[in-house]
Amino acid sequence: MMSSTDKLRIAPELVETIRQHGVATYPHECCGALLGRDSSSEAEPSLPREIMDLFPLVNRRDDSPHNRFSVTPRDVIDADRAAEERGLEVVGWYHSHPDHPARPSEYDREHAWPWYSYIIVSVRQRVSDEMTSWRLKEDRSGYTQEVLEIHEKAPTHP
Amino acid sequence: MAVKVLIPTPLRPHAGGKAAAEFSAKTVAEALHGLTTEYAELKKHLFTNEGKLRSFVNVYVNGEDIRYLAQENTPTKDGDIINIIPSIAGGSYTSTQSTPGETLSNEEILRYSRHLIMPEVGMDGQLKLKKAKVLLIGTGGLGAPLGLYLAAAGVGKLGLVDFDVVDFTNLQRQVTFGTSDVGKPKSEAARARLSNLNPDIEVEAFETKLTSENALELFKDFDIIVDGTDNFPTRYLVNDACVLLGKPNVYGSIFRFEGQITIFGMPQGPCYRCLYPEPPPPGLVPSCAEGGVLGVLPGIVGSVQAMETIKLILGSGRNLTGRLLLFDALEMEFREFKLRKNPNCPICGEHRTIDKLIDYYEFCGVRGEEAPAPDLKVPEITPKELKARQDRGDELFVLDVREPHEYQICNLKGHLIPLGELPRRVHELDSSVEIVAHCRSGKRSAEAVDFLRKAGFRKVLNLKGGILAWSDEVDASIPKY
Repeated sequence: MMSSTDKLRIAPELVETIRQHGVATYPHECCGALLGRDSSSEAEPSLPREIMDLFPLVNRRDDSPHNRFSVTPRDVIDADRAAEERGLEVVGWYHSHPDHPARPSEYDREHAWPWYSYIIVSVRQRVSDEMTSWRLKEDRSGYTQEVLEIHEKAPTHP
Repeated sequence: MAVKVLIPTPLRPHAGGKAAAEFSAKTVAEALHGLTTEYAELKKHLFTNEGKLRSFVNVYVNGEDIRYLAQENTPTKDGDIINIIPSIAGGSYTSTQSTPGETLSNEEILRYSRHLIMPEVGMDGQLKLKKAKVLLIGTGGLGAPLGLYLAAAGVGKLGLVDFDVVDFTNLQRQVTFGTSDVGKPKSEAARARLSNLNPDIEVEAFETKLTSENALELFKDFDIIVDGTDNFPTRYLVNDACVLLGKPNVYGSIFRFEGQITIFGMPQGPCYRCLYPEPPPPGLVPSCAEGGVLGVLPGIVGSVQAMETIKLILGSGRNLTGRLLLFDALEMEFREFKLRKNPNCPICGEHRTIDKLIDYYEFCGVRGEEAPAPDLKVPEITPKELKARQDRGDELFVLDVREPHEYQICNLKGHLIPLGELPRRVHELDSSVEIVAHCRSGKRSAEAVDFLRKAGFRKVLNLKGGILAWSDEVDASIPKY
C-alpha cells in the first residue's frame, strides 16, 4: 500500500556515490542497485523506505549507452545475493540521464517494475545536477515522485 | 504435479506478500496462468496486452532460461522451481521526446526501408536526409521530378519557389500536376502533391517571384539550392545568391533534346559565371514555349539533379562539381566536360568585384519577363475583320509564315511560306493582290509584313493575334497550341 507521498531515505555519502558514478560514466548512462529496507506494511504504510547501501553495476547496453541502460537477470541475481549477504534487500535501482532532465521517460515507463524505487540523476556536461526518485503507478500509466530524504546522523541541509 | 513459482520482491505486494506459490502445471504457461488467475494484479506486470511475456520478465526453470528451452511451452514436473527474475531497463529519451530529425519513427523506418537496408545509406544517411533543407527554384519541367524524388527520399524540408499558374500546356512534362490542377498556383499544387507522397516531411510553397530583393533572405534557411528555372536572369540571380551565401547550386537545363547538369557554388568549384560570363543576347535562345521540348527530357535531367542533391546530402559518391554533364537524348549519349573555377571570375574568383545582387534583367539586356517582341508598327487586321471581308467576297491572299509542322496542327488554308524562307520565295506572291500574313500569335507575321513592305509590297496586313486570336474570336474549332 503506497501513500501519495512516498519517502525514500538515503545517506549523503550514498547520494554522492551515485553522483560520482554518473559523472564517471558520462556521456553514457550509469546504473546500479539500491540496497536497503522497506519497513512499510499494511499497518504502517507511511514508514519510509531506506537505502543503506549501493551495488553499482555495469551498463550492459553498449549499443546505445548514451540514452539506454540495461541490467541483466544475472546482474539482478548478483544484486540480490549481495543484498542478502548484507542483511538487506534490493529496494530499487538508480541510473543517470546524460544531458537530460531527471524525469522518467516513456521508455522507462514501458520497462518499469512496480514497488521498486527508481532514482534518476541528471548529469549535464559531466556535472551532476538534480536527483529524483520515482515509483511506477499501479496501473502502469505513469510514475509518482518520491520525496528523497537525505538523512545523516547530524542534521544538515540536503 | 506441484510446481513452485518464486515471486520476485516487486511483485510480492500483489501476491498477498508471498514469496512463492505452488501450482499444478504441465508447462510454464500453465504455471503462470495459475499464478495470474490467483493474483490477477500480477497479470499486467508480467504480460503485455497481447498476452505475451513482457521483455523484461525472465523466467527460469531450475535455473535455465526458458528462452533457451521451449519458452512458455517448456514442460514442468513435480518439484520443479520456476524463478521469475526481472531485467531492469530504462533510458533518457525515446523518439517521441528527442529533437526532431535525431531519430526515425517506426513508420519512417518502414517507409525508407529500401534506403535503410543499404549500408551506404543506413540510419545515419536517412537521418542526414531528414535534417536536410533543400530549396527548389521552379516547379516546372525540372522541378517536377526533383520535388517528387526528394520528397520520396525523405528530405526533411523542401521549399518550392514558383509564381506561375498551372497551364494546360504544362501537363506534357510537369508531372507533379494533374488536369484538375490547371489554373492553380504551381507552388501550391506541387506542395499538395509532394505532401501527399510524403506527409512526414515539411513542404513550404513560396508563391513569389525570385528577385534580388528576396533571394538572399529566402536562401539563407536552406542548405542546398536546386536551379530548375527557365530564364537567364534567374540563372544568374540564383548563382550569385548561392556564391555569396556559400551554398551549393545544383544546376540543370534543357533545350529540345539536350540537357546539361552540374553543381555550381561549391567551395573550390566553378560557378555559373565561370561557364557563361556573359548572357546570350535576348531572344537568341528560345524558351520551351518557343522552341519546344520533349516532355520526358526534363524528367531525366531533373532526376539527375535529384540524385546529385541526395549524394551531396549523404556525402557519397563522386558528384558533378567541376564537371558539366551533357545529355543528348536523340543519340542517347552522355558526355562530360571539365569545368574549372575561373580565377578571374567577378564573383567566385580571387578578386571578387560583385558582392551584392544586381539587376539581372538589365544584365541580360531584357526588360520585363521575356524578350519583348519587336515593336513593329505594321498595318493590322483583326480576325473578325478578316472573316467579315472574306464573307463579303473580297479578294484576299492569306499568307501563313509558320513552319510546316505547325500547318499540320491547324491552318486557315493559307499559302505556307515559313518566315525564314520568305526572302527567297517572295516571287510566289502577287503584289497586286491584298495579302494578309499570319502566324501563331502575330509576332512572326509582323516581321513578314515589315519585310514585304520594305520590299515594295503596298497591300499587306498583319493578322493581329495570329491563329490563336482567330480561334478565340472567330472559329473555336481551330485548336490552340
